[in-house]
Order: sequence, then C-alpha cells, then structure tokens
Amino acid sequence: MWSLYTRRRLVNGVNLAISMLAMGFGLFWLGWILWTLVLKGAVAMKPSLFTMVTPPPGMPGGLSNAIVGSLYLTVFATALGTPVGILAGVYLAEFGQRGWLAPATRFINDVLLSAPSIILGLFVYEIYVVHTRHFSGWAGVFALALLVIPVVVRTTENMLRLVPHTLREAAAALGAPHWKIITLVTLKSARAGILTGMLLAVARITGETAPLLFTALNNQFWSLDMNKPMANLPMVIFNFALSPYDDWHVLAWGGALLTTIGVLGLNILARVLFRQKSHPL
Amino acid sequence: MLPSDFPNQATMSKTFTDVHLSRQRLLDRGFRGATRFFAFSVLAVLLGIIGSLIVGSLPAIKAFGLHFLVSSHWNPVTNNFGAAVAVYGTLVTSAIAMLIGIPVSFGIALFLTELSPRWLKQPLGIAVELLAGIPSIIYGMWGLFVFAPAFADKVEPWISDKMGGWPVVGPIFNGPPMGIGMLAAGLILSIMVIPFIASVMRDVFEVVPAMLKESAYGLGATTWEVVWHVVLPYTKAGVVGGIMLGLGRALGETMAVTFVIGNAHDFSASLLMPGTSIASSIANEFTEAYGKRYAGSLIELGLILFVITFIVLSLAKLLLIQLTRKEGQLS
Repeated sequence: MWSLYTRRRLVNGVNLAISMLAMGFGLFWLGWILWTLVLKGAVAMKPSLFTMVTPPPGMPGGLSNAIVGSLYLTVFATALGTPVGILAGVYLAEFGQRGWLAPATRFINDVLLSAPSIILGLFVYEIYVVHTRHFSGWAGVFALALLVIPVVVRTTENMLRLVPHTLREAAAALGAPHWKIITLVTLKSARAGILTGMLLAVARITGETAPLLFTALNNQFWSLDMNKPMANLPMVIFNFALSPYDDWHVLAWGGALLTTIGVLGLNILARVLFRQKSHPL
Repeated sequence: MLPSDFPNQATMSKTFTDVHLSRQRLLDRGFRGATRFFAFSVLAVLLGIIGSLIVGSLPAIKAFGLHFLVSSHWNPVTNNFGAAVAVYGTLVTSAIAMLIGIPVSFGIALFLTELSPRWLKQPLGIAVELLAGIPSIIYGMWGLFVFAPAFADKVEPWISDKMGGWPVVGPIFNGPPMGIGMLAAGLILSIMVIPFIASVMRDVFEVVPAMLKESAYGLGATTWEVVWHVVLPYTKAGVVGGIMLGLGRALGETMAVTFVIGNAHDFSASLLMPGTSIASSIANEFTEAYGKRYAGSLIELGLILFVITFIVLSLAKLLLIQLTRKEGQLS
C-alpha cells in the first residue's frame, strides 16, 4: 500500500509525536499539582499561620508549632547525619581502593538511598521508641538522620572523585600527612558539591512523613522538648487533611504549600550552587 | 621517602621531627579509622534494620508461620492476620504504575535527548526533577481532594461503562465510581515514578557514543529507528536498572497511597474498589495496633516489603553497574 519510505517516515512521525505527548503528560501533572497548591494554599497564608499554634477544630489557629518543630527536626537530623555521611563518603573515595568494605558499603548505601522510608520509621521505633516507651522528637531526628546519611555519602564520594589527583599529589609532595590532605585539600575543594549534597538531603527529609509516624508523632501544643512528641508540618498535614473539618483542611493546604515551597526552593538552590562551582578547580 | 630519612637533617631538630611525625602518623591512623568506622556503620544500619524487623515480627512468625504469606485474613478482633491482601495491593498498584510510567518515561527521555531544542532541554529537565522533588504527602493530599473527585466524576463511569463489559478482563474495570481505590493509587504512583525512571533513562541515553548514532543516521535511519535499534539495545541494562529503581520507589511509597487506596483489607477483582498496600497498612494501623500479635504482624509486613524492595533495588544496582562498565570499555 504505502512505500517502505512513507511507512518508515510515518512510524517515525507518530512515535515522535507520542514522545512529545509524554513530555506534555509529565508537565501537565506538575502544573496541575502546583496550581492546586497555590490556589488552595494562598487562602491560608495569613500572619496567624506563623504566629498561632495548631487549633482544635472550629477555632482560629496557625501552624507555628509545626513549623518550628519541623525546623528543629530537620536541623538536628542534618547535624547528626551529615558528619557521618561525609566521613563514610571520605572512606569510600579516599581509602576504599582495596578490601571488601568499600564496595559493600557503596552497594548497601545505594539500596538504603531508595529503601522505603516507612521501614526506617519502624526500625527506629523498634530500637528506640520501644525502650524509652514514648514517642519523641529525638526518635524523629534519628529516623530522618538515617535518610540524610545515604544522600550525603553518595554526593560526598562523587564530589571527591572529581578532585584531580594532581592536587592530592601536590599536597603529598609538600609532606602533608594524609589526614591533612583530605581535610584541608580535597574536602575543601569539593565543598560546594558536598554542600549541594547536604541541601538535597535537607530537601529529601523536609517533606517526609512516613518515618515520623511512629517516632516524632505529633503535638497539638507548643513544645520544644525533644523528649516529648513533637509537632511537625508533614504530620499536621496528614492529620488535618484526613479530618472532617474544613478549617483544618485550609491549614493543611497552607502547610502543604509551605512544605512544597521549601523543598522545591532547596532543590533549585542546590542546583544553582552546584552549577556555579561544579568544577573544583 | 619520609623527611626524617634524610641524613642531612640537623640532629637538634630530629627529635622534634620524630615526635611530630609520629603524632601525624597517629592522627592519620585515627582519621582513617574514623572514616572506616562510619562506612561500616552504614552497613550496620542495614543489618540493624533486618535484625530489628525480624525480632519485632517474632510474635507473628511464631503464631502464623509461613501461612502468614498466603492467608487473606486481617482481623484484629480474632487476632488472625495474613499478608496476602496487602501484598496483592502493593503488587497491583506498582504494576499499574509501571504500566503507565515506563512508556511515558521513555517518551520523556526520548524527547529530552533527541527532540528537544537545546534551549528547552535544561528547563524541561529541571521541571521533571521538580516533579520528583514534590513530597509524597502532597501527592496524597492532592490525590484525595482534587484528583479522586475528578476521577470519580469524569473517568471512572466511562471505564466502568466501556471496559466493564469486556470479556475476561471486564470484572477488573467494573465497579462503583468512588475515585479512591487501587486504580487511583496506581495512577498517582505512576506520576510519582515517572521522574525517577525518566531521569535515569535520559542519563543512560546520553552515554551512547555519538559515533554510533551518527553511523545509523548516516545509513539513512530515522530518529525513531536510531532510538529503537541503536540507543535502546546499547543502554538495555541501564534502562532496566532505571525501571527497577522506579519499581522500588513504587513498592515502598507510603503516604500518597495511604490517602487514595481506601484501606480495605478485602480482596476484590475490580481495580475500582478500595484495597490496601503493605506500606499503607503499616502507616494506618501501627500506632493503634494493640497486642503483640497485631503489631508483630504489621512489622512482619514491613519485613516482607523490605525484602522485596531490597531484591528489586539490588537488581537495579547490578544492572546499572553493568552499563557503567561498558561505558568504560569504549572510552
């Protein structure tokens, strides 16, 4: 019917058109979700959102305790997970040429990177919450730190591998001991990349809900006691969104908008930062 | 050669150098030990997770044994539990996500690597990655309040009408238009895994040597033929690795699924009916699980999930390593 050439050109055209449709399909959802968030979240954007604590249904209130709680959890988890991640990453990049430990760690780290986060919540519950007999901010911090570590390990190792060997050799030739070469030369020249990894890790844990379900839980009141259950944005969104009260829904959308702005902002910041200084020299 | 080995070093400063050097050597060993310790701690976390999940699920393992895996009971009142319904829900929703996610991701990766004008590449790439950055709870909330009503209103009656009468597969699509259910959960999961799979596919498509593609173009191949007969066979391992990575995400996704799957511990042939998944069962019931056997059953579900995702992610990793090796050989 059709000549071979027409048919091939037709197949090509149809498939490329489908590929464009696929791109449109992806952008469509992104647009729809962001549009909904802005539309519904904007209603909740009032000063009281930042000054008042989460209310009982029917009362005016805000998300101040959840916002501060989320900041606390994120800061502590990052502070706990980053050094561990950086040191483990240093081992993989600088000392891991021989032996079984480095390849095994690299492999397991990549698996942990995408492991279901709810499992980490269960793990912390089993080893910490069960023994202290109560949910607490610290338990949430531990669960989130376990999410930070693999991200930081991965980026640290990748960034250190970008540092040219001549730099290490130059430092070694001046008689610098190994620990000084790593801390003062390689880590220093890869710091933009490592910072990027840290930001990506923070972005990763900012919206995480599943690991907090059985660890930090939630708190209706203002509390900065890390040994007590701690309010946090994702859990408030979860509880309020599933409640039957309209004013709670509004607050949940407000929290959702704040969280998304935070996460996407961190993602973009990390990218900009990395693009500026992606070359260590 | 160490500085202290030089014979012309002054004897006075020699003692100082020796002390200094031995201190540095000690610091070196300490630093190395510290990094080694933390690298090991990553391994220890994995062992700890597996160990603690096994210990936590002992009451359920003792009570139900292997029967737990095939039993479809889930009754907190009679303390009788089985994993079959939750495992089924997890597999079905992930399968739907893959069915939609894989072709769409392939299309996006194809567009980004072969079709997109240069100036559009980066913004579109970032847009896809932003889709990956949106927290899963946002997907869940949007799914419950925006997607599910629209889905129940516009799409599900049509599915039930048109496809419900089909022979053999009809019952799968026959059901009340409730919006929430396994099909809705699968669809939202597909949106969530698309950016993961698409960005891996894009990255592996870019490692194909330009020479290889240009040879095919030089023989007169169309863009599609180059992608289908040259790029795809060359990157097979990487593409499958990316798909496995997406599958790992879909299997373990918790919050988005919890919002829209409906959380019913019943088997139903229809995808339009509510169901449950492993992760959503744990998320919903764990804090209210009174009794060792109930909590143990939920932890055992977690163990099953972890084992499944561990296998899937390991396969993904092995396939991606294979591709990197090939890349190294050709350069």
